[in-house]
Amino acid sequence: MHDAYPQLMDNNLTLNRRHILLGTGALALTPLFPAWAQSGHSGHGGGGSGAMAGRNTGGTLSGETIALSIGDARYSVGKRSASAIAVNGTIPAPLIRLREGQNVRIAVTNTLKQQSSIHWHGLLVPFQMDGVPGVSFPGIDPGETFTYEFPVRHSGTFWYHSHSGMQEAVGLYGPIVIDPATPDNVLFDREYVLMLADWSPIDPHPQLKKLKTMGGYFNWQRQTVGGLIAGKDQSLKDRLEWAKMRMDATDISDVTGATYSFLINGHDTAANWTALFAPGERIKLRIINASAMTNFNFRIPGLPMTVVAADGCNVVPIETDEFQIGIAETYDVIVQPTEAAAFGIVAEAIDRSGLVRATLAPQIGMTGSVPKLRQRPILTMRDMGMDMAGMDMGSGGEIDLSKPANESMAGHSMDMRDLSLAPGVKPGPGVATISPSPADRLADRGTGLENEEHRVLTYADLRSREASPDQRKPTRQIDVNLTANMERYMWSIDGETISGGADPIPFRTGERVRVNLINHTMMPHPIHLHGHFFELVTGDPGNRPRKHTVNVLPGGKASFDLTADAEGDWAFHCHMLLHMHAGMMRIVTVRADKGAAA
Amino acid sequence: MMALRNALLVGAALIATPLAAQEAQDPHAGHDMSQMQGMDGMDHSAHDMSATSADQADGTMQGMDHSAHGAQPASSDEVGTAPAPSVPTDHPADAFWDASRMARARADLSREGSFIGNALIADRLEYRAAKGLDGYAWQVMGWVGGDIDRLSFETEGEGAFGESLETGEVRAAWRHALDPWWNLELGARQDFAAGPDRTYAVVGIEGLAPYWFEIGAHAFISNKGDVHFRLEAEHDMRLTQRLILQPSVEIDAAAQDVPELGIGAGFEKVELGARLRYEVAREFAPYVGVHWERKLGQTARWARANGDGASAVSAVFGIRAWF
Repeated sequence: MHDAYPQLMDNNLTLNRRHILLGTGALALTPLFPAWAQSGHSGHGGGGSGAMAGRNTGGTLSGETIALSIGDARYSVGKRSASAIAVNGTIPAPLIRLREGQNVRIAVTNTLKQQSSIHWHGLLVPFQMDGVPGVSFPGIDPGETFTYEFPVRHSGTFWYHSHSGMQEAVGLYGPIVIDPATPDNVLFDREYVLMLADWSPIDPHPQLKKLKTMGGYFNWQRQTVGGLIAGKDQSLKDRLEWAKMRMDATDISDVTGATYSFLINGHDTAANWTALFAPGERIKLRIINASAMTNFNFRIPGLPMTVVAADGCNVVPIETDEFQIGIAETYDVIVQPTEAAAFGIVAEAIDRSGLVRATLAPQIGMTGSVPKLRQRPILTMRDMGMDMAGMDMGSGGEIDLSKPANESMAGHSMDMRDLSLAPGVKPGPGVATISPSPADRLADRGTGLENEEHRVLTYADLRSREASPDQRKPTRQIDVNLTANMERYMWSIDGETISGGADPIPFRTGERVRVNLINHTMMPHPIHLHGHFFELVTGDPGNRPRKHTVNVLPGGKASFDLTADAEGDWAFHCHMLLHMHAGMMRIVTVRADKGAAA
Repeated sequence: MMALRNALLVGAALIATPLAAQEAQDPHAGHDMSQMQGMDGMDHSAHDMSATSADQADGTMQGMDHSAHGAQPASSDEVGTAPAPSVPTDHPADAFWDASRMARARADLSREGSFIGNALIADRLEYRAAKGLDGYAWQVMGWVGGDIDRLSFETEGEGAFGESLETGEVRAAWRHALDPWWNLELGARQDFAAGPDRTYAVVGIEGLAPYWFEIGAHAFISNKGDVHFRLEAEHDMRLTQRLILQPSVEIDAAAQDVPELGIGAGFEKVELGARLRYEVAREFAPYVGVHWERKLGQTARWARANGDGASAVSAVFGIRAWF
């Protein structure tokens, strides 16, 4: 498999020299992009040798002492611009590249007029270094320098972002690459970081206000009478059924391409961010979804991708043609283009309101083709939390919502808000629906990819390359209900919010607990737990995929087993920034056991 | 069939705990698929039934149906039923950072999630072209507050050019979310049109009904003791993404004759409208439409006696705007 590898190493060295030249030149022209994010740079050295490590080449910070400065900036995409927040003058922020086993001190200076913070997303750090104001530390006040200090315990692709005032939506995000202490056996010749993002000239706070006034404010892809006449989307009968429940089958994303420019490494489609390769090379792409509110479908038409890591954790290599990447997730893939052609690197918003195309090409100036946006998906009963498989269907395969779904459900109507089905949920105006029979959706394709003809990755396809570090069975389980009211634009966990006085979710140090995330909304929620990797409950135990973020599909559930081994307080939240801000967040406590529950 | 399945399910639930214990002793048990499926159902039952009524068992069985169908092999693990620890009240970050700054940061975090906002929406600002004198009408509403409690205000009225204002009122209310869809309103209304100006106490419900109908139902009790009712409904029919047809209806009624206002007991007035707007942006939509209203019963008789028509139809041109 790696026959071609030794001779390509030489190639690599020449490319590195060129990289430095290119990097410097480009830096002068576009001061707001760090070198790592500049178009046409030749990639970082591969083969696990970590050619970039230990050197501060433009935009890449390494070593044991790093300084970051958060400051006001102006950001432009195409003809639009708005005030933004940059790190060391760049958006995205500099690439932080470290080596497993080292220690690092990162001094972060806040030059803004508002508080700020940096959270190291996915890195296992002591809780007081995790960077969440009000949970792990007080935040970084204007003019203050805060020094984070932690050992680098593991390798992989991660990222960092502000955890204050929705600042990551206006630019405060950057990549982290941790090289393994011993060379990895997944070989590659070159690598690139691909940071996917969404950017709007409307600050997230006014976005929230608009959504509170009108839940569908940014959705310009609703079903219409015109569409009905043209035979598009749902049938009249289905439309009436959904309208009766006050549910919108096109409610895929809240903030959409109506205001967003979608970006790869800060570049929109027109700016055509380009990664270079020589035919036959194995290219590692480290893909990070740093969006505020956009889950993406990621593909490189014409080029199969071999997924080798998810959320920084190695997985058994698996080839696919497309995957959905939830906000805050990361995937490492290897591609090996053999012909000297330009390939489009495509990240498409899952509601199909827009996409961004970057290019993978043998030389600068080439452009990968821009695929047509695919048809906007229409949500289904499964997205509404009705597991068709669990129901007895009528003769026509249709479901009568007024009747019990099957014998075992006798006594329950298929009411969309039967609170007795989710006893942990506090009822209230913020809980519009309860999924009547949520299916385990870890083996489902992401929203809108159900009928795609090519291969689409699901969580169930992932197997950890390393055996699970904790093979014990969970001693207990908890349900965590993701709840919302789209019309009022209220988001919560178990119907409660931190501002409403919700208690933390408690764990004992070292205990292993199964956490069942149950999505009672019609939107996918990328749920992130700080300070831990958890194992998705899919496939046989032993090598289940380890992740820090899991995208829970609409109306469905996703279970993970957690070994609560990091004492302290941790944030646990939906990574859709406005959802988190509006209340879909909790604090998780991990404490030494002091006896049973009171 | 149903009885048999239920019997099996109950049986499975009953033996859940002993089997789980066996499983812990026998490392090979986990490889037996048939047993594992059963186990899955048991996890649920053990979990759910401890805390809930028999009724809830239905939900449990539903969980079982899934695993039997094999949607996911979430099945192969049995999970214990250890109690949750109690919720700690300490703040470990206080040991590392200044405790008073941490307390402030916690308060900020809590405050961040509680939304306070406002909106001002001119639902109708329109010119009415009629057979006689052309007229105008407005309906403007707004709110200030959070998700659950808001101060809402609304003003509406109409008149003909060259005449004094026919109707005009302003309302302010405490609006409280009752459930996902409906709000209670308690407040006051002041009339300021021609004729005696009344002040009313207002109680009402407003919200979103099934099939996406915006509904308002209010009762008004004046400072003179007379009682009035108003029911309003409107619906947005999306013809295209930007072209929206909005049919609307308003029905007014009174509990008694109020001769000085020209209002008779019973149904007083009905208004029907259809407005076709084009959303240039959500915040700005010009529209055209038709507005028809008819006075009813004693109210109509008094209007005719007064030389006014009981019904009127007009073509309307206006804008809907947010600020």
